Amino acid sequence: MMIAITVKNIVKTYGTKKETITALDDISFEVNGGELFGIIGPDGAGKTSLFRILTTLLLPKGGTASVDGFDVVKDYKQVRNRVGYMPGRFSLYQDLSVEENLEFFATIFNTSIQENYNLIKEIYVQIEPFKKRRAGKLSGGMKQKLALCCALIHKPSVLFLDEPTTGVDAVSRKEFWDMLQNLKKQGITILVSTPYMDEAALCDRVALIQLGKIMSIDTPQEIVKSFKGQLWAIRSTKMYALLKDLKQYEGTISCNSFGEFHHLLLKDDANEKELLTYLNQQQHTGIELKKTAPVIEDCFMQLMNKN
Amino acid sequence: MKQFIIFVKKEFYHIFRDRKSLLIIFLMPIVQIILFGFALTNEIKNSNIAVLDNSKDEATVKIIQRLDASRYFEVNTYLHSQADIENIFKSGKVRMVVVFPPNFYQSLLHSNKAQIQLLADASDPNTATTITQYATNIINDYQQELNGQTNIPYQIQPQLRMLYNPQLKGTYNFVPGVMTMILVLIAAMMTSVAIVREKEINTMEVILVSPLKPLLFIVSKAIPYIFLSLVNLITILIVSVSILDVPVNGNLFLLMAESLLFIITSVSLGLMISNFTKTQQEAQMFSLMSLLLPTLLLGGFMFPIESMPWPLQAVSNIVPSKWFYLIVKDVMIKGLGFSQVWKESLVLVAMSLVLLFISFKKFKTRLA
Repeated sequence: MMIAITVKNIVKTYGTKKETITALDDISFEVNGGELFGIIGPDGAGKTSLFRILTTLLLPKGGTASVDGFDVVKDYKQVRNRVGYMPGRFSLYQDLSVEENLEFFATIFNTSIQENYNLIKEIYVQIEPFKKRRAGKLSGGMKQKLALCCALIHKPSVLFLDEPTTGVDAVSRKEFWDMLQNLKKQGITILVSTPYMDEAALCDRVALIQLGKIMSIDTPQEIVKSFKGQLWAIRSTKMYALLKDLKQYEGTISCNSFGEFHHLLLKDDANEKELLTYLNQQQHTGIELKKTAPVIEDCFMQLMNKN
Repeated sequence: MKQFIIFVKKEFYHIFRDRKSLLIIFLMPIVQIILFGFALTNEIKNSNIAVLDNSKDEATVKIIQRLDASRYFEVNTYLHSQADIENIFKSGKVRMVVVFPPNFYQSLLHSNKAQIQLLADASDPNTATTITQYATNIINDYQQELNGQTNIPYQIQPQLRMLYNPQLKGTYNFVPGVMTMILVLIAAMMTSVAIVREKEINTMEVILVSPLKPLLFIVSKAIPYIFLSLVNLITILIVSVSILDVPVNGNLFLLMAESLLFIITSVSLGLMISNFTKTQQEAQMFSLMSLLLPTLLLGGFMFPIESMPWPLQAVSNIVPSKWFYLIVKDVMIKGLGFSQVWKESLVLVAMSLVLLFISFKKFKTRLA
């Protein structure tokens, strides 16, 4: 299989000599052709810097990277000819209609809406009823769909989506990921970043990134498998006090709030009976404790604490 | 080519859909030129004057009539004694008092000499100078007529003629000035703001990651504003000819061509500014400070450059507005041809080339 994106020892720093911030610290990974690859990490992890380097918008301080076999520094013109890019911040013309935006981006990429209509058809039909509406008056989900259409219209071989689902409602997020699965079937390599851990499971492979460093690269399944220890889900009537008490418990490795439960990881020598006794001493009622399978977020937390 | 057309089209959408800016772009020239033409003019019309006529003869009556008939003066008070003069000045009702001595006409006929006293309120020295000048001219006129009748030989009379602008109209001065100011503002500010807006709303990121060539981007950003500036130019010319009675004495096409050249210089300035500003506000402020002020102060139409200290005179040479103002004055008011303005035009061409070269070289093909 062809390798679509190669990143080798990329370093990126910002700031002056006095005060430098390292956004990317010696990052390396490869993305195969036709793969849906996720960069998962919280805000400030370095996701946008990485995307901007790969889309030739920023120069790395060190290391090399290539997209579709072209170096992002030397052959930046070729790279620009074959990538689609959707920046994190909404970047369409608010005062142009849906149709005008799409036509504009199609034309500056030397193509037309008709030529590649089949590629965007599935997405575009959803916003077509509003094609005369100004982009600024669209809902967040529709804006994202339009932006995706604009990034796709020239049939890029590699698509870069920087936090496409940030600020979008849950339903639109789901729809958006369905669209990405369909695009993948058309052979387009997709690099997508997101701060939402639950979206990681939808990627072929993911890179977990934190403070400019990649903590792990693997399929979501393998990452989950690599979780060490037994994870417990626990809840009681007083969730906040419970979290505090669990964190103070001597047998606890980590405890994080996770929806209506807390996810708890215990030391090997600790056992559930002792834990329940401890919680009873702390006057917790309605305690529910059960074993649970870890998800990406748990793995992320574990990796984060390890470093 | 298709890229170019759609880009220009898009730019026009931006302009026409932003009603507020559109209104400013098209109304600003009209409002400014009318303001400068009528309200802020430095010529003096209908000044109130008083007369102390101690002679009351044929000549004094005629002179008073002439003063009154001219558009500069309004004789509204007749004084009766020397003491009244100070009072009327103190009341602020008049700007000038004309005093005729007793037996004015008599002494003029018999000794060929007569005196008139012009007393002006010099608390505003410019106005005082101007109105005494006007009055002197009117009296000289009358004197010439008398001479013509009596035919006294060998009298040397200085003949004053105000060339190109015989009525000393202030608007003749202001139209080229306002034209310069509006063109530089619209063209440079709008261009810089339009480019910086792409950075601010983040569309620049996508445009950079596209096969669109930087030169094409710059040109298609500039074209709409060149066009708008031309529309403004035509508006200004129509208003100045029809409402302000300032004619286009020279070749209209030469004037248009020179204006186009200046517009291109201004747009290049705008491109330059857009290179090192990040927000629309920054671009706007910078345009105002770096274009409007030098144009007003060093452009030559508010304050004559010849009377400035030499460092300022030297600085004024790098202000494009100064050169364009000279061209417009020569072509529009004096009616001169290209042979008289080629030097100034060459300066503008050189400035444009340098600015365009710099802004193209400095154009960032990346974000940082």
